[in-house]
Amino acid sequence: MAVCIAVIAKENCPLYIRSVPTQGELKFHYTVHTSLDVVEEKISGVGKALADQRELYLGLLYPTEDYKVYGYVTNSKVKFVIVVDSSNTSLRDNEIRSMFRKLHNSFTDVMCNPFYNPGDPIQSKAFDSIVSTMMVQAC
Amino acid sequence: MDQGSAAGTGGTFISLSDTEQRCYSGLYALCQPDSSGKLAAGKVAELFRASQLPAETLHQVTEVCGAKRLGYFGCGQFYVALKLMAAAQVGLPVRLESVAGELPLPVFVGIMNELEMRYPNHPSTNESQPHILGSLTGSAPRPPADRPVLRHPDTSMDKQEAWSPPRSPGISPPRSPSAYRSYPYGAQRNGTDTLLAHDGNVPGRLSVPQENSSPSHYSLKLQSEHPVITCVASVERLVERAEIDYSDEPWRITEEQREYYTNQFRSLQPDLNALIMGTVAKNFFTKSKLPIPELSHIWELSDVDKDGALTFPEFCTAFHLIVARKNGYPLPETLPATLRPGFVEPGVVTVPPSEATEPLIVFDDKMMPGANQLEMGSVDLQMTSRPGVTAKQDTRDESRKPEFSPKRIPDPHEKPIQRVSTLKPDSPQELDANMKSRTRPRSYSSTSIDDAMKKVEEPPTPPPRPQKTHSRASSLDLNKLFQQSGQGAKSGWLPPPPALPPRPPATQIFSFLPGSEKSSQKAVQQPNFADFSKFREEQESSVRGGLSTEDLAPPKSDSTLRHQGHAPQKPVRRKLHPESESATPPSATPYSAATLTKSTQRPPPKQKREIQMAIRKNRETNAVLTRLNSELQQQLKVVHRERVTLESQLELLRPVAST
Repeated sequence: MAVCIAVIAKENCPLYIRSVPTQGELKFHYTVHTSLDVVEEKISGVGKALADQRELYLGLLYPTEDYKVYGYVTNSKVKFVIVVDSSNTSLRDNEIRSMFRKLHNSFTDVMCNPFYNPGDPIQSKAFDSIVSTMMVQAC
Repeated sequence: MDQGSAAGTGGTFISLSDTEQRCYSGLYALCQPDSSGKLAAGKVAELFRASQLPAETLHQVTEVCGAKRLGYFGCGQFYVALKLMAAAQVGLPVRLESVAGELPLPVFVGIMNELEMRYPNHPSTNESQPHILGSLTGSAPRPPADRPVLRHPDTSMDKQEAWSPPRSPGISPPRSPSAYRSYPYGAQRNGTDTLLAHDGNVPGRLSVPQENSSPSHYSLKLQSEHPVITCVASVERLVERAEIDYSDEPWRITEEQREYYTNQFRSLQPDLNALIMGTVAKNFFTKSKLPIPELSHIWELSDVDKDGALTFPEFCTAFHLIVARKNGYPLPETLPATLRPGFVEPGVVTVPPSEATEPLIVFDDKMMPGANQLEMGSVDLQMTSRPGVTAKQDTRDESRKPEFSPKRIPDPHEKPIQRVSTLKPDSPQELDANMKSRTRPRSYSSTSIDDAMKKVEEPPTPPPRPQKTHSRASSLDLNKLFQQSGQGAKSGWLPPPPALPPRPPATQIFSFLPGSEKSSQKAVQQPNFADFSKFREEQESSVRGGLSTEDLAPPKSDSTLRHQGHAPQKPVRRKLHPESESATPPSATPYSAATLTKSTQRPPPKQKREIQMAIRKNRETNAVLTRLNSELQQQLKVVHRERVTLESQLELLRPVAST
């Protein structure tokens, strides 16, 4: 159900960003970039020594009038950001969580490939297909 | 060469008919025997491949005829091999018994022409080829005299050269020691039709100079047509079968290829059942000089269980994909069925099904006991684990089936939990499994599957349940509040739990008493101790307005006692009551000192934190209650004034009434 999905590395450089091309992609890029601030705030705000599993899912980062932005961070500080259309009010939290889980799974699959150097843009077709299924659902 | 005598291996005698003898001797000569009678291995291999038999059959033939044992093809072995191949082409199993009877000649595509070149006096051989070609290419009136019957050996050399182009792509690579052997097979098999067609065409070319001799041989051929028809039919069947088999040829690993891959695997990792690590594999495959994105894609396809390492089947798959890519085949998007690691060839469909399935049967046998072991193991484990988990495990572990086959036996219990209780080595199911999300122990997410996995893997220690805390820093106090409520701390708004751990803060809160804002309250505090238990019973949630001053609970002590609020301290308080009634606050302090000494022995840092939280809460309640207090005091004053006025009015009226 996503309008835009992005994977951002630990150093806040994008590894993968893909959006439904109906609207200007630049706008989504900007949104994802600004959402990183909120993610950072959440990561540092919780700040407990124990990394609670549930804290991987950051939840709604911030809503705007057009869309909502959800965040998820892995234990290695790789961030996933999903931008969802606000008109999709039927999306529940669990669905967003499952989307993040699938993203995380396919991301680890990409990582396991020894030919993938961390920090490179993700070019895996399997990852692409997973992302497309999540974005196609939106349409 | 013995004419009409038997070629024996190990004492068995096989009789050769004249035609066979001639044919075989021709073939023998074709294979360039050296002085001792051994045949050139390359030529023999070439001949064998021209027989269009599958590789397994050829291996069988080699074995049965004894060449494998000897290491070379001598005359006897060669003859037996030819006989066996003839039997195989007809459809008989490759056994010595089958060659005892009368068999048609073995058919070697492309070789026969050469034979005819050299030995023009073999009408049978002459017939076989044109009829084969005729049936295959559909051109009936082959001027059979294109049989270069009258060709001299030197011209036959030319034809050999003419022949070589169509065959060289098929033949020269196999001689190369390097690994890319799928190419000749692919080219050969995919080009089967073209090769045959070419065979048909070249005789056409050859026929031109030989038209003069054609009629004579044509008549000969017509006569001996019949015996050869069976041969032709077998070849047709072979070709058809070949086409069926090799329709998805690029993605089928042949025996030779598998052997080569095995050797390569061993060079990287001696144990066939172990894994090749990702970096090792990466270095190895990078040597193939394919571009990295393609290698990455190949890895994605072949690493079915996504563990960053390759098992032997996965390695074979990856290697095969690399070889195919090197030879120009585009990479598939998904893994072809024949390359899936759990794929078991359903027996090569061509002639000797029994032999072809023998190696596979061995494979299955290996699988089955392993499967049984795993079933046992997994069943045992599942007795202890939750039954609800197995269903999920099944779905997840079907994708692990690929690594079952090599790993099953040696480590049946290493990953027992991840093994399915019912193994189904069917490729369709693996297709489904591969379509499902990749499964591996994912420790990061809190899905139910992973929790279940954790529970199964470590029955004694389930993951620590996260406390019901706010993940946000919305209200830190609330967090601590809840924690403390679990430990006996209470806010001013919660009812006291019945049994609580001893709380030391009495002293500290007592120590606050001097610092309390409402020092005037202190005098009030003491008499209120007596009512304090009453107050606590009355639900401290709200101070009852309108009650007497006695019910005004001093905030500090109230909260103090509330926080203490448990049996051990109650007697203390009750003791305190009579004391306080007669005592002054200073007298309370020696008591507080006593309690202080008691409490100092206890506080661990956790309780200190709790104490601090309690203190903070007490302060809050203190503030609230002081406000309330002040309001009530004002009300009290108002009421008092009214009372005074009323009393005065009464007194004014009373002398009037009394009189």
